[in-house]
Order: sequence, then C-alpha cells, then structure tokens
Amino acid sequence: MDIEKILKESGTSQKDLVPLLHKIQAAYGHVPPESIAAVAKHLHLSESEVFGVLSFNRFFTLAPKGKVRVTVCQGTACHVRGGGRIVEEMEKKLGIPAGQTTADKKLSLEKAYCLGCCAIGPVVVVNGTHYSLVSPQKVDSILEKAKTAE
Amino acid sequence: MRKLSHPDHLAEWKRIIQEERPAYQKVIAVSSGTCGRARGSLQILETLTQEIERRKLSDTVGVEATGCHGFCEMEPNIVISPEGLFYKKLEAKDIPAIVERTILKNKLIPSLVYEDPATGRKYPRQREIPFYQKQMRLLTENNYRINPERIEDYIVLDGYQALAKALFDMTSESVIAEVKASGLRGRGEAGFLTGKKWELCREAHGHPKTIVCDADEGDPGAYMSRGLLEANPHSLIEGMIIGAYSVGASEGFICVRTEYPLAVKHVTLALEQARKHGLLGAAIFGSEFHFDIQVVQVAGAFVSGDETSLIAAIEGRKAFPRQQPPFPAQQGLWGKPTNIHNVETWANVPVVLNKGAEWYAKIGSDKSPGTKIFNLGGRINNTGLAEVPLGTRLRKLIFDIGGGIKNNRALKAVQTGGPCGGCIPAGKIDIPLDYDTLSQAGSILGCGGIIVMDEETCMVDAARYSLNSSSEESCGKCVPCRVGTKQMLEILNRITRGQGEALDITRLENLAAVMKAASLCGLGQLAPNPVLTTLRYFRNEYDAHIREKRCPALVCQGLLPEKKKAKNTRRPETGRKAI
Ligand SMILES: Cc1cc2nc3c(=O)[nH]c(=O)nc-3n(C[C@H](O)[C@H](O)[C@H](O)COP(=O)(O)O)c2cc1C
Ligand code: FES
Repeated sequence: MDIEKILKESGTSQKDLVPLLHKIQAAYGHVPPESIAAVAKHLHLSESEVFGVLSFNRFFTLAPKGKVRVTVCQGTACHVRGGGRIVEEMEKKLGIPAGQTTADKKLSLEKAYCLGCCAIGPVVVVNGTHYSLVSPQKVDSILEKAKTAE
Repeated sequence: MRKLSHPDHLAEWKRIIQEERPAYQKVIAVSSGTCGRARGSLQILETLTQEIERRKLSDTVGVEATGCHGFCEMEPNIVISPEGLFYKKLEAKDIPAIVERTILKNKLIPSLVYEDPATGRKYPRQREIPFYQKQMRLLTENNYRINPERIEDYIVLDGYQALAKALFDMTSESVIAEVKASGLRGRGEAGFLTGKKWELCREAHGHPKTIVCDADEGDPGAYMSRGLLEANPHSLIEGMIIGAYSVGASEGFICVRTEYPLAVKHVTLALEQARKHGLLGAAIFGSEFHFDIQVVQVAGAFVSGDETSLIAAIEGRKAFPRQQPPFPAQQGLWGKPTNIHNVETWANVPVVLNKGAEWYAKIGSDKSPGTKIFNLGGRINNTGLAEVPLGTRLRKLIFDIGGGIKNNRALKAVQTGGPCGGCIPAGKIDIPLDYDTLSQAGSILGCGGIIVMDEETCMVDAARYSLNSSSEESCGKCVPCRVGTKQMLEILNRITRGQGEALDITRLENLAAVMKAASLCGLGQLAPNPVLTTLRYFRNEYDAHIREKRCPALVCQGLLPEKKKAKNTRRPETGRKAI
C-alpha cells in the first residue's frame, strides 16, 4: 500500500486527519515521518498541525515498532494490584525500557493507562490477546509466547 | 430484511422475530465482554457450541455470546435460562459435565455454583447472588439477554419503542420537558441537568447542530462505558436519536477510545443494522426526521474525554480543552451548537421515555434521580460493574454488593471518581453516593470509579500516585495545571522519600487553591482532590512522613526500617511499591 493510494481514498478536510493517520499506521505499523508532508498537503494543513495531532495522540508512533506489541497496564486498578512490578520485570527480561523496541526490532514494550479490564488486573495485552491476573512469575511464559506471536 | 417506514411496523417486526426464533428449551449466555475474553470466554463458547452440536442438541439449546454481566471477578461465567442458573470461573473441561448434567438432567454442579465467601452459602441463581440481588439494574439487567451483534435481540426487549413514541406522539419540546422533569443528570463528570442542556442546545442559533457520545473513557479504573457499548450498543444509539430529534440535530458522533476494539466493533455493527432497518439515516421510521451517526476513534489521552477537547479531536485538531463558556451546547463542533453526553447518560434516555419522568424521578435521591453504574476495583472481593440507585450508601456498595475487603483486611479509604476524585475515609462509609454529598466531602462522583484501599495502603503514596497520573495526563495548555500538577508531584515525591519539610503542607494547599481556581478544564481543577482529601482525613500520615520520617503503612521504600526493606522485596505480590 503506498501513501498516495491511502490519500486518494480519504477526504480532504481537517476532520479526516485522525482517520487518515489510523489508516497509515495500520498499513505501515507506524506513521513514516516522510508521509507528514503529503498528508498536510492533501488536507490543506501545515506540517506542524499534522505533527501536533500525531504526537499528541499516544496511539500514533513515528518510529517503526516491532511486529509484536506487548502492552502493560499501569492504570490505577492495575497499579494497586502490582502492575508496576510487571513492567519492571518485563523491562529486565527484555533489556529495554518501556516505550522501546528490542534490538532485533521484533518486539515493542509499551505502557497503557487502563485497558478497561480493571477487575482482572494486572492486565497485559500482546497483539490483541489479553492476559489477566498477571503475576511476575507469569512474565516469562507470556514473553515466550509473545515471541512466537505474529 | 425489512425497513421500518411506520411506527406500527415495530410491533409487527417484534412479533415476527418472536415467531421465527428457534424454540429453544434452554439458552446459555456466555459473558464475553473484553474482560470475559481475557479470561477465556471465547474458548468456553466454542467448546459449548461443539458439545451441543456433538450431542445433536442444536435445535433445543441455544448458545449466545453476550456482553459483560458485571461480575468480572467470576469470569468466565455463564447464565442458563430460563432458570437463570449462574456458573462461575469455568474451564473448558467443565463443559461436558454441564451439558450432561445440567442441560440434559436439570442437575446442579455444586463446584461451579457461586459461594458467598463470608457465609459459605451457595447461590445457584444469578439474581439471588448478593452481588446482583442488591443492585437495581435499569441499564444492565438485559445484558445477558442480548447478543450485541443482533439488533433483533434489542427489538424483542421493546427496543426503539421510546424512539417511536418520541417521534410520533411527542414534540421535541415535550421530550425535553419529560427529560427535564425526570431530573436525569449527566453521568460523565459534572452532573449537569441533561434536559437543561438539551434546552440550551435547542434554543441556540446555528445549523447544523450535532450530537456527541463521549466514550473516550480515559479514567483509569472505570469501564462502565465500555461495558454498555459492548453489551447493549442500541440502548445508547436510541438515546442519541431521541436527543437529536429534541435539539434538532442532523449529525452525530460516537467517540470511542482506540483501546476498546470490541466496543468499536459492536457499535459500528449496531449502527449499520439500525440504518438498514430505517432507524437511522434518512426518513427515520418513515418520518421527516433525518439523522445519522458516525464512529470516531479517538487515539487516547485522558484529557480528550473533556467535552471541549473531544470537539477538537473530532475536528481533527489537537485534543486541547478550551475555556467555557461558551458551552458546547451553544458553540461546539465547527462553532455550531453541540450536545455532548456520556454513554450512560444517553442509555438512560430511552428508560426515561419508556417509564415516564415521574417514575424515573422517584428512583435514587431527591437531587440525583436514577441509577448509576459503579466500577468496583482495588482491594475489594467482588470486582466488577454494579448498578445501584444514586444515593445508595457507600457501605452497601462495598460490603453488601462488593463482598467486603480482600483477605478480610480493614478498610482504610475509598477513592471515588478516578484520579481526580478524593479519598473518602473508612469512618465516612455511610455517605450516600450522589453528586452533591460527594462534592461536599471533597470528592466527586465522576463517572463512577470506586477504588478500595485497605490498611496496607499509604495515603500519601496514594495521593502521589493520583498526582503522577494527572501530571502525565495534563495537556500542558494552561499553566496552573501543567506546573501545578508537576510541583505537587515533586513535593509528594520528596515526602515519600523522607525529605519532606514542615512547610510542604502549606505549599500543597496553596498550589491546590490556585489550580482549582485557575485551571482551564476539569483535569486541573480536580487534580488536587486526592491531595486535599488525604490532607483533610489522613493528616497524621503526612505528619508521620514529614516529622517522624516514618511510613505507617510500610509502603514508601525510602522510609522503611532496614529489616522491612528486605522483607518487602521478598513479597512482590503486595505490589504497592512506589513508582
Ligand atoms: C480531563 C477530563 C476527562 C473527561 N473524561 C470523560 C470521559 O471519559 N467520559 C465522559 O463521558 N466525560 C468525560 N469528561 C466530562 C466531559 O467534559 C463532559 O462533561 C461530559 O461528557 C458531559 O456528559 P454528561 O452530560 O453525560 O455528563 C471529562 C472531563 C475532563 C475535564
Ligand atoms: S487499570 Fe488496568 S485495565 Fe483498568
């Protein structure tokens, strides 16, 4: 999928910006920085406006992410149940701080603030699959499975 | 499939659906919201379906995936109708026995029945379980009867009748009068009178007007919007169409967080189905009223849940809040009047019209009528979603419905309303949960998050955690919030590290006063609440940290005696370490 094609299918007013960024991220896994100029031109916006929205929204990322995205909840409910400990354990095991991607570019570790399953926290999501009541002891097996996830 | 072009078609359609439905002797509803799925409900669903097919029971036994029924602690669970039997915490290996014994021979399987941990009594039927029995479920009762991917299930339960009534038996003004008379207040944050907001919007100049459903539930620890969107999407869509008719809007938006993919899926499907049947789009029910709804995926920040931020987000700008007034009802999307409500508020509208304002106004407390869905979380036995009349006492919610504190520990405090809400001390456990009483106690009702803290919680650390959350979420547009949350957090960080000074308390109070008075949106105005309430009710803990360099709950790492430090790292499960 190239950017031109995605642009052609999208409307040209400012309200189309976020849906457009969603489409680009879905196609590439991230929003390539070089696409910003094209998007701005298509929507008659300045590049800084596009960049502003892009960087404000936590969901969008300019840097390429790994195929496997491991998200650990740090919301209040998960925090009270030890979510902080889970991130630490993951960081230690993967050797990267949250927010980054492993050296082989395969796996990205992320933090989220509430994934809406507070009753069964701490919650970890690997590419859409939820793990609940996660304890530090379960981290190994989750990461093991994550490595084989597509 | 037919398109409804006259209100009478609704009753006819309902009759046809009922006639054409398979005549099941039993229906098994598998609770399959996001929380259920996370606990393996889809596997239960698949195994059940296979087992039913294998035994050639498909004609007499139905298996349905429904949204969440609220008792998330017991996921994955099922409800077997018509008896209403409730089986909890299932595993795939339980399925053959369920079919063999319960479905075929009407025998209970005691190990799968819910047992009250306090009394040891067993409750086979869902509605008898204290968690459910003590609730009043106006919005959530039907969750186990609805497959959210099928509009027919909603129609059979008298869905869209309130809309038909509004369009054909009532004027826009009389709908507004009815909603006003019901006393319904916004369930999103401020508790503003819903009917009053509609009136403002109707009277405001400017076209086209818009309707928005705020489902950008960024409040960590609360997921009632997700619950409703996933389990009964048509209820809020119906409410929105009625709202649109009343204020004269032609376009609507449902703004859902990207973190809620299942909610997006169900709502999108529900809109398509409503459109196909003539309940949405041009000439609704064959009338002259046109209105359509789009789903917008908002890409996650707590502040974008604020109504003015949400407007910016829909317009494709950065989700920054702006000064009010002018209120969105007067100048909202693209400068035109816009009526924004929370998911739960919209879902209440059909109830008000179906049951009548007089009936509705009698539920709950005088100034806060109706029910509210609360999200029980933290150190409580029965976590999940519970719906009770507003004005219900906190004690009832925590102990009767919530089953008390985990591991029989003592209750210390309850934080209501998310990270911007205050902490109510255990001594005030008989406080009625309504907008006004909670705000007098220094907290908010917010969207109904309840986080229970036990004796092992350090209140200074709890305040610090909330402030950490608010300072990360602060959008940075206004100084009092951006700098205030940061400064407060730094002071609290210092105190919990054992470097607090006597003056810090005054500093915190001064910062709070400025933030409350001068912040642009609710985030900055309310962020000091956790600090102010813990100062008000747990002053002794601040004193212990600052003067005695001691953390009474043994949580703050910097203040632990050497022996405890070692012990604490050996017990990571307690998990309440400082970030
Ligand atoms: C920081 C912030 C976050 C908010 N988040 C939400 C939210 O997630 N959902 C919501 O319905 N209202 C939220 N609100 C409240 C909205 O601004 C608005 O008051 C509400 O949607 C109005 O709906 P109601 O009349 O149904 O209460 C938030 C407000 C602030 C200041
Ligand atoms: S706080 Fe983690 S899912 Fe809500």
